[in-house]
Amino acid sequence: MSLLLLILMLAACAPEGDLSRPENLDSPLVVSAGSSLMEVMERLALRYERDAGRVVELNLSGSSTLAAQILAGAPVDLFLSADEFQMDRLAAEGLIRIETRINLLSNQLVGVAPIDTAAGVNSLESLLDPAFRRIAVGDPSAVPVGVYTRAYLESVGLWDVFQKRLVPTRSVRAALAMVEVGAVDAGIIYRTDALSSSRVKQIFEVPVGEGPTIIYPAAVTTQATHPQAARRLLAFLQGPGARTIFESAGFIVLDSPP
Amino acid sequence: MSQVFSIASFTVAMAAMATLVMLPLGVSVAWLLARRRFPGRVVLETLVSLPLVLPPVATGLILIVLFGRRGPIGAALERIGVEVMFTWRAVVVAMVAMGLPLLVRAARAGFEEVDRRYEQIAATLGASPARIFFTVSLPLARRGILAGSLLGFSRALGEFGATIMLAGALPGTRTIAVAIYTYTETGQEAAATVMLTVSATIAFGTLLVSNRLASDS
Repeated sequence: MSLLLLILMLAACAPEGDLSRPENLDSPLVVSAGSSLMEVMERLALRYERDAGRVVELNLSGSSTLAAQILAGAPVDLFLSADEFQMDRLAAEGLIRIETRINLLSNQLVGVAPIDTAAGVNSLESLLDPAFRRIAVGDPSAVPVGVYTRAYLESVGLWDVFQKRLVPTRSVRAALAMVEVGAVDAGIIYRTDALSSSRVKQIFEVPVGEGPTIIYPAAVTTQATHPQAARRLLAFLQGPGARTIFESAGFIVLDSPP
Repeated sequence: MSQVFSIASFTVAMAAMATLVMLPLGVSVAWLLARRRFPGRVVLETLVSLPLVLPPVATGLILIVLFGRRGPIGAALERIGVEVMFTWRAVVVAMVAMGLPLLVRAARAGFEEVDRRYEQIAATLGASPARIFFTVSLPLARRGILAGSLLGFSRALGEFGATIMLAGALPGTRTIAVAIYTYTETGQEAAATVMLTVSATIAFGTLLVSNRLASDS
């Protein structure tokens, strides 16, 4: 009896569809995007659902986590990474459709602090003060914003000084959250994330020319359940309507192919 | 390899410290619940059981509210220069919070099994309540308390959700569970597998010891 029940349960959980049938028009598109894209992608997903009638499911996390998921076989249709390294990882394993890869956006690094921080704090150098004991950043060994932060700190020769005080987080949004609740004294995140929050204040920005080149590549995966629909979504994200939304959130929209 | 060893020894040391911290508090609460009726007893019972039922991240969030810089306990400790969040103390706090309910349950069962008549006899012979506790109740309940300590220790060793919220994943505060998680997230499969093996070995060892102790006493 229990064996029969087990078989019924397993049958009910079996994946639907097979490769010979046309794309299932009912199931949602799965989009993995770096967490800094949270608000923009939510808006764009709603817009796309309204315009194209296709439901988009967003999977938001640190790009290193997202890449690890895809490497482990997650059925993601479109991947928007916050740096090229994570996308390259997937490309090396043949997990993305190379012809669909495009550099979509760029961003800027900024320093933020809890909103009640003293007014005189207005530069990276002011964080050298011992009062700033803990500074939240993305994990510099993997999360894109952390990798960019490390590159920037190394380029200005301040990596060794700050290293001991850095609190590595799993995504840029986790770093932002820590600054918002005052669990840390400051954080280094993207300008777009600073703009999205009313509970932090920006204390400095890294001019685009001086900092590391931040690139958000996008590509359709080879494991995509809906490759054609994913291509259409990617085309939408490069269109004028999407551009307006990206720019209003503070992203820099790129025009060039990789 | 040395990193594996330092993470493992850190985790075991923190779990041992957490167990020691848990014991006085857990045993007292267990005794109270086993032997005394008082207003708010149900509230205490529920409070102690909460970390067992709540998802660990929820417990972690409550701990952040309490021990974070702007929380009641955290702010008070900061004034005397003691930092909790993102330090080893956060690891101990998280472990104590998650292990305490298990210790209390087992210890309470141990106390409830102690025949009240022994305690009453001691009282008629003139022993003070404290003396009764330390010379009669506690020794007779030792199996329950020991079982509870081992449970609390094992739970502390494996604690993840509340730990990662309170202590973060800093190089200096990484426990075995947190290390497995961060290695997996950053694609370091080999390191994750090594850590996993270490974790299984320690768990196996703990179980062996606990079985041996249970069969001896």
